Amino acid sequence: MSELVHPAAVQAGAATRDYHLAHDPHPENGTALGFWLYLMSDCLIFAALFATYGVMGRSYAGGPTGGELFDLKLVAINTAFLLLSSITFGFAMLQKQMGKVGGTLGWLAVTLVFGLCFLGLELYEFHHLIQEGAGPGRSAFLSAFFTLVGTHGLHVTFGSIWLVVLMIQIGRHGLIRENKRRLMCLSMFWHFLDVVWIGVFTFVYLMGVL
Amino acid sequence: MSEPSSAPTHWLLGRLTWDSVPMAHEPILLWTFVAVVLGGIALLALITRYRLWGPMWRDWFCSIDHKKIGIMYMVLGVVMLLRGFSDAIMMRLQQAMAFGDNMGYLPPHHYDQIFTAHGVIMIFFVAMPFVTGLMNYVVPLQIGARDVAFPFLNNFSFWMTTAGAVLVMLSLFLGEFSTSGWLALSNLGNQNPGVGLDYYIWSLQIAGVGTTLSGINLLVTIIKMRAPGMNLMKMPIFTWTALCTNALIVATFPILTAALALMTMDRYLGTHFFTNIDGGNPMLYVNLIWIWGHPEVYILVLPAFGVYSEVVATFCGKRLFGYASMVYATVCITILSYLVWLHHFFTMGSGASVNSFFGITTMIISIPTGAKIFNWLFTMYRGRIRFTVPMLWTVGFMITFVIGGMTGVLLAVPPADFVLHNSLFLVAHFHNVIIGGVVFAVFAAINYWFPKAFGFRLDEFWGKCSFWFWLAGFWFAFTPLYVLGLMGVTRRVSHFEDASLQIWFQIAAFGALLVALGIGSFLVQLVVSFMRREQLRDVDGDPWNGRTLEWATSSPPPQYNFAFTPVVHDADAWWDMKRHGYKRPLGGFQPIHMPANTASGVVISVLSLVCGFALIWHMWPLAAASFAATVLAAIVHTFNYQRDYHIPAAEVAATEEARTRLLARHV
Repeated sequence: MSELVHPAAVQAGAATRDYHLAHDPHPENGTALGFWLYLMSDCLIFAALFATYGVMGRSYAGGPTGGELFDLKLVAINTAFLLLSSITFGFAMLQKQMGKVGGTLGWLAVTLVFGLCFLGLELYEFHHLIQEGAGPGRSAFLSAFFTLVGTHGLHVTFGSIWLVVLMIQIGRHGLIRENKRRLMCLSMFWHFLDVVWIGVFTFVYLMGVL
Repeated sequence: MSEPSSAPTHWLLGRLTWDSVPMAHEPILLWTFVAVVLGGIALLALITRYRLWGPMWRDWFCSIDHKKIGIMYMVLGVVMLLRGFSDAIMMRLQQAMAFGDNMGYLPPHHYDQIFTAHGVIMIFFVAMPFVTGLMNYVVPLQIGARDVAFPFLNNFSFWMTTAGAVLVMLSLFLGEFSTSGWLALSNLGNQNPGVGLDYYIWSLQIAGVGTTLSGINLLVTIIKMRAPGMNLMKMPIFTWTALCTNALIVATFPILTAALALMTMDRYLGTHFFTNIDGGNPMLYVNLIWIWGHPEVYILVLPAFGVYSEVVATFCGKRLFGYASMVYATVCITILSYLVWLHHFFTMGSGASVNSFFGITTMIISIPTGAKIFNWLFTMYRGRIRFTVPMLWTVGFMITFVIGGMTGVLLAVPPADFVLHNSLFLVAHFHNVIIGGVVFAVFAAINYWFPKAFGFRLDEFWGKCSFWFWLAGFWFAFTPLYVLGLMGVTRRVSHFEDASLQIWFQIAAFGALLVALGIGSFLVQLVVSFMRREQLRDVDGDPWNGRTLEWATSSPPPQYNFAFTPVVHDADAWWDMKRHGYKRPLGGFQPIHMPANTASGVVISVLSLVCGFALIWHMWPLAAASFAATVLAAIVHTFNYQRDYHIPAAEVAATEEARTRLLARHV
């Protein structure tokens, strides 16, 4: 092909380096890193929605303000549901660590119940606001509010579906390696949603009623 | 609110009626449709004739081999290039004739759809598949890996991208496409009730899922799966640029997703994000879309820089000049690309200090980029340059891109931008950097890595024809636009009154014709090379005397890439192996653990495509059903725990033995 082939190939005698592995290396599984990266990309979606809320949060267009609409007691109960669900997920992970299928499933079920309570209250709140004429089309503030809180709620919904699916899979195959890995991912996802909710609670609700 | 048109919609078909078929009124579309149908039937007949359905489905569509997926991305890019380029030539033709009394052959509404489709297709469905395809094919080989980190996700990403492309193509024959430009900067909210903007939204959202997942996938691949010994500063430059590009993808595509989702809310649920009433703010959309949009151009051009770095080092027979500075420049550009988005709308009125900040950050980007240009020049300096086709594209790039970069610095000056904003000067500038930077790199890369992928080189003569037609065509097509832009002609106009401008548009149309010959030569090159494949055969897997690991294995590489995982001692790993008289291992093969093919990616993507289509046409029952089916299909996929298998050691030994015999025959 070319005159330049292996200019130093004559030094072949010096070849003491190893150029391949005799056995397959077992590269570390990349799922944890990949899932973290996914969470960070999801976090950026929330960042964009938070920024949008930051721009629109006072654009009431003559409509109701956060102070008039938000029922902090309800939101406090809701927050408690979600925070408790994070703790119970932690308990499930402890049970998983001890290899107890029943305990894991039990705590996951408790987590699911808390998650569903959270969603129920959120739906009730949305329904109530829309009944009062404060729906997402009323003002830019309400558009941003419903979209940010609703996107979080959608995430919790998908998390709940995933939780059910994973419980079936653990029930069927036990705590095999794949299921442990999936449990770890779902756990990160669930705690991530908790962290986002703390941002929502502070930034939207608490600062909204100030 | 969500349904601006007064006509009641059908419960199942939504807004889709006989009137939505534009071919009934537009002869151009009718003929296109006839051609597409005839071509499609011919293609299907050929596939049936040669009994290719089975192999195509099993070995390609369901394949999770990164090499096959990479090739499929490239095929998608070529097909969509033909579509995007026909849009371009239609616009050039219209602008060359539509002066004074002559209204041209395209009505304004059609013309607006064409320039929108041209931009959307060229960026999302030509440049992105090309870049992703190259990274998919080359990166695992360069880092000595067997596949990517998440092989199924890779297949799924490809099919989601394809589903987006299919949706854009559908808009040609059913309904209409957006008329709002490639970033949908006008007609926001629900002001434009047609389906065009909805096609835009859903095709980009579906393709965006694929792009984001493939970004995550390649990031993890590069971080976790490098061969032993390959630390970060021993990675080939193309892999470095791929790392930075995928970091940018993961860090920016979510913003696009969010911006499009907010627009979707405005159009479907009557919210007020980007409207002019009830507190909405259209400039919020412009900011969000450019926070994604500016890094996007670096997502495209960084891997292009990687390609040139590989090509220039190989064909000058020298180590790349300034490897470390190349890495730092790449990382600098990655970070800076985030800090410049506002230069796309200096005219927003954000004030002198904000505009100065973004003007200065923009100009700073030219410093690391300039460093790269000098690195390539110094690599060539006193090198033994072989002017092969990839090298020609690289030299053509350096000259073209430097000029495009300089007009970019010019546009970065806010007062100058106030004059040139939205003019043809801008159009000439970004074509100058995207064609001169990205497209040239894609052709360089195709010519460079084709022998690796298919086992034979591409024909030199037709490759050179393609290059010269493209280079000349590019300058003929875009120099007039620079001139016209300086004279104040704005973009996206389908008819002009001032006849003195016509000659410039005619020169530009001639340039487009030359580019058409360039694309034609490329297609001829593929056919001629296939027919001459015996003479062009690449026997030893290293046709260019290459430097990086992908040349260490056979062409095309076996399914498992490397029989043994390579150990790396140098940035130019394969060059180092050759220098030290490396001998291929001939025995001691082990079974190789590989991921298994699956149809899930195709199934989920098709269901998403149906869901997107239903949402566009407001077919609510179908949308709900297909969405539920998509989720269900994804869940069913997770119940499959048998995702891998082992290639037996005997099979590996047989494959390697065949290669040993082949090499012995050709010594």
